[in-house]
Amino acid sequence: MKFISEFRDPEQVKLLLEKIKTTVTKRWSVMEVCGGQTHSLVKNGIINMLPDEITMVHGPGCPVCVTPPHLIDQAVELSQKKGVILCSFGDMIRVPGNSMSLLQAKARGADVRILYSPLDAVKIAAENQDKEVVFFAVGFETTAPANALAVIQAKKMKIKNFSILVSHVLVPPAIKAVMDDPDTRVDAFLAAGHVMTVMGFQDYFSLVEDYKIPIVITGFEPVDLLQGILMVVSQLEKGQFSLENQYTRIVNPQGNPAAMDVMREVFEVAPQQWRGIGEIPDSGFRLKDTYQTFDAAQRFELKSAKSAENSDCIAGLVLKGIKKPVECPMFGKVCTPENPLGAPMVSSEGACAAYYHFATVFPDRIKDERSGGSLTKDI
Amino acid sequence: MTDRIKMQLQCPMPELDYEIITLAHGSGGKLTNALLESTVFQLFTENDGIERRHDGALIPLEGKAVFSTDSFVISPIFFPGGNIGELAVNGTVNDIAMCGGIPKYLSLAFIIEEGMKIKDLWEVMIGVKYAAGKAGVTIVTGDTKVVEKGKGDKIFINTTGIGTLHPNADIRISNIKPGDKIIVSGQIATHGIAILSVRRGLEFESDIESDTRNLNKSVEKMLDLYGKQIHLMRDPTRGGVSSTLNELARDTHLGFELEQISLPMDKQVSGACEMLGLDPLYVANEGIFLAFVEASVADVFVEDLRRQEYGQDAAIIGTVVEDHPGTVLIRSDFGGMRVVHMQVGEQLPRIC
Repeated sequence: MKFISEFRDPEQVKLLLEKIKTTVTKRWSVMEVCGGQTHSLVKNGIINMLPDEITMVHGPGCPVCVTPPHLIDQAVELSQKKGVILCSFGDMIRVPGNSMSLLQAKARGADVRILYSPLDAVKIAAENQDKEVVFFAVGFETTAPANALAVIQAKKMKIKNFSILVSHVLVPPAIKAVMDDPDTRVDAFLAAGHVMTVMGFQDYFSLVEDYKIPIVITGFEPVDLLQGILMVVSQLEKGQFSLENQYTRIVNPQGNPAAMDVMREVFEVAPQQWRGIGEIPDSGFRLKDTYQTFDAAQRFELKSAKSAENSDCIAGLVLKGIKKPVECPMFGKVCTPENPLGAPMVSSEGACAAYYHFATVFPDRIKDERSGGSLTKDI
Repeated sequence: MTDRIKMQLQCPMPELDYEIITLAHGSGGKLTNALLESTVFQLFTENDGIERRHDGALIPLEGKAVFSTDSFVISPIFFPGGNIGELAVNGTVNDIAMCGGIPKYLSLAFIIEEGMKIKDLWEVMIGVKYAAGKAGVTIVTGDTKVVEKGKGDKIFINTTGIGTLHPNADIRISNIKPGDKIIVSGQIATHGIAILSVRRGLEFESDIESDTRNLNKSVEKMLDLYGKQIHLMRDPTRGGVSSTLNELARDTHLGFELEQISLPMDKQVSGACEMLGLDPLYVANEGIFLAFVEASVADVFVEDLRRQEYGQDAAIIGTVVEDHPGTVLIRSDFGGMRVVHMQVGEQLPRIC
């Protein structure tokens, strides 16, 4: 496949790994911001091929992981209302809220549908005028334009029975939150390539300056990720910090102005709760006043409770890279993918789930980490 | 013209007074009789001396028998490459073949939801007839029930099959041993992606067709040739290749190591998996099987399998090892290893 196979070229991967090995001399912790990058590192086994000096820390860029439980509760509550069709992206429906997941609600009779595009929810609303159709609008800057477009389209088509339950999160404030934590272990970031495809990277220069950390905008294929890692390691070894773009084939500094226009038309920046992390100022979206009629929370008068989280779950510390999943006493005992306490154990992109599956095969390596030994090779 | 289309033309739909199935069609009364007479009996009464109008069938059988049952609830019932009727025959036929059996007879039971179009039911039955003919099995007994609207999903089918054990077969989980090669008979993930491409809300355009098909002919031939050197066979249907291999790794207390690069897959299927964020190892298959084969014959086994019906894409995909018992690993194209874990629940498309 063009634009994929050349970024999965085993020869290139080998070459880059060699270069990284000859470049690195000190121990560095690099955070890949996006869950998609974590997924690719794990799926391709790259994480086990990096030199011991490099520790990859999995960032908060997994929308499934950071959606606060009270919003899932609201989605569940909506799905159980008579005449409501609750539409959602696929991997959201297994995440537990405080009472249950959308999947469990579906098993109890709720009409929960998995869609790829929020525009399909508008279509379902048009076809089912006697029902209320709600789309669970979750995600980072990447899904926001499509969610905004769905609202604009519904308004244009005068569709009255469509609304969205908004739980949008933004990347730059999350990077700030990670860096502001005094316990942070992160030395550099691989920024999420597709978020910048939409947003451009003007907001990131100040992050580099303020925190004096290297940030490299990175793609998702093995060659992309290794190039990104090589670029941050080269900067770190030289004691430099700057913003670099590895993902030049897609990302340009201005982003996608049309997508940003659509987003700004419908959404405005607002404080947002993150699962495990808490409220981060200016880190989410809410519908603008002109589009309030499409806000499911208002339409159905949902209570805006704060999230009560499982006090045994250290998801927040894991998402900020402060603790390893194996440092959690619940890990693998009380908390497993079949019975997750927190979202990082649910999502395939979640650090805990990735670690859990890794630990079953390489228990010795995990033991080393617990005794304060090597902190590398973690996934 | 495909054989299936030929069969549709040869079997024109009978004239019936109703266009849809009603509860009366399942009442056992006049309508039930009319429906069965003009459909089931017309399609499945072959001149083989088997009496079908009794409560059960008397069948001749010699030696050890293989016996298997399966129910089919797929939605949508018509999909690119087949329909629920073909699936119901092939599914049970293949299960018998996987045990080393040569399938002979099938039962066929319908649970129909009130309101199903008779035209659709007829098409499903043509699918059954086509697949049974292809696999060389005879439908000898059956049942039809109708449930109220909303209590089913158009049609559910159960088939149960009986076959005779192949004289060379010795298929047992305990036969799997370190060093065995793991072979797949064809391209993976085709069926699941074909179904997904027509599922409401997730549709996308493609030429991908389900691989529903009977494996008994090629399996019989391979048993003729390799007998006890085939240690185990399994068709990786629901849950895909990963679930089948994980179950076997757990049950044998052995480790399996796969090679990503060897997995045979259609380009469109692999593209669809990329786009949808699905791992092909977890996607359902219908028309392929996994075989654990004595290492010394693995290469020639694959060569021979490639000459059989539906076997042209056969490949060695992995090896059985003593390390990491109970766990399936896969080596990526770059040499990195990862765990292929057991799927938890249904595989769900990712947000991004």
